[in-house]
Amino acid sequence: MGYIFDFSSVLDYSAVLLKGIGITIELILVGGIFGVMLGILCAWTRSFGPKWGRWIVTAYVELIRNTPFLVQLFFVFFGLPTLGFRLSEMQSASLAMVLNLGAYSSEIIRAGIQATAKGQFEAGASLGMTRLQTFRYVVLLPSLQRIWPALSSQIVIVMLGSAVVSQIAVEDLSFAANFIQSRNFRAFEMYFVTTVIYLALSFLLRQLLTQLGNRLFARRAVR
Amino acid sequence: MTEFTLWDIVRNLLLAARWTILLSLVAFVCGGIFGMVVLFLRTGRSQALRHIARGYIELFQGTPLLMQLFLCFFGLALVGLNVSPWVAASVALTLWTAAFLAEIWRGCVEAIAKGQWEASSSLGMGYVQQMRYVVLPQALRIALAPTVGFSVQVVKGTAVTSIIGFVELSKAGTVVTNATFQPFTVYGVVALIYFALCWPLSKASQTIERRLNAAHRHH
Repeated sequence: MGYIFDFSSVLDYSAVLLKGIGITIELILVGGIFGVMLGILCAWTRSFGPKWGRWIVTAYVELIRNTPFLVQLFFVFFGLPTLGFRLSEMQSASLAMVLNLGAYSSEIIRAGIQATAKGQFEAGASLGMTRLQTFRYVVLLPSLQRIWPALSSQIVIVMLGSAVVSQIAVEDLSFAANFIQSRNFRAFEMYFVTTVIYLALSFLLRQLLTQLGNRLFARRAVR
Repeated sequence: MTEFTLWDIVRNLLLAARWTILLSLVAFVCGGIFGMVVLFLRTGRSQALRHIARGYIELFQGTPLLMQLFLCFFGLALVGLNVSPWVAASVALTLWTAAFLAEIWRGCVEAIAKGQWEASSSLGMGYVQQMRYVVLPQALRIALAPTVGFSVQVVKGTAVTSIIGFVELSKAGTVVTNATFQPFTVYGVVALIYFALCWPLSKASQTIERRLNAAHRHH
């Protein structure tokens, strides 16, 4: 086999790669924060909301969980302009990620809420809290703590899934890889390096989420 | 200019969906077989092999499927194999599925009480015999629901293969959109076909889980 690996040609484009990494991080920050917020909202609606709200959330969750992220992305970017919502590439990718994580995380968070002991709700009520206050101050944080590892994994999965946003020309890490390999024709080396970067990113993100979890739940006794 | 009816769109997408189904089946069956090998290595006696299996699982769970596809596509070509997108897609999805299934099944194997291992060991069984006659039959029961659940991920994973040029449902969606200029309808139908494929699997997984839990409560 006469192929000689050449990784130095990848380094020539490190600026492009770095920019791509930046966009990928930006996407997962936006997607992660707003996705989890949407997830909490949906989990609340499905657990305590009005009946029609539960129906809508259930339909949304089932629809998202049973279709590929790529198709959701194409639907948002190419399909929504038909209805008059014209979004930029970056906005489309962020929206698709938020919608995707929102559906998955709502199911995870709901499991945490369901595992809350009934006495917690009663205790909240006996202190004169409204149902929303009980949820906000008594139920939510222990619920999140319970499912934090699962939620972290899901956020990492969404980050890895974000590699396909290069298909709508968002200049993320995988876009950088495509761009560079089309210039230096070193496809294997390029994707190898990019894969290693993704591996490092997923490791770092997991560490970060673990740290964040420790912070968030620091004052709580582990139950 | 040709006018396209809704039926034209749906028919072409359904024809392409056959490839999504075929690729999903290949990936799931081959991935299941290879995943079983990885499971044996991962839970086996040799520490070196356990580490290798663990590294393999973490590698495939910690990187995007898209990158794995590209590496297969370009990597297999480097070793002199002439790969079509179909082969690259099958290989990458098989490796990816194997990693996830091995990890799911490992959880199920580890859920089997330690006494079962000790009892079978005291009967003089070797590792493979223990797995074959004692542990796996019990682990299979708990593994069924998450395994069926993961098949949904496999079907959805096949969508990514459109990016390396394999013409399945998603790729057909793009092609049909370019012909009809009706992205809303086309991607809507594409999503509905995926939903029709995945939703029964999701429901089946939930039903199996509920049924097994119900059986558990009566013990």
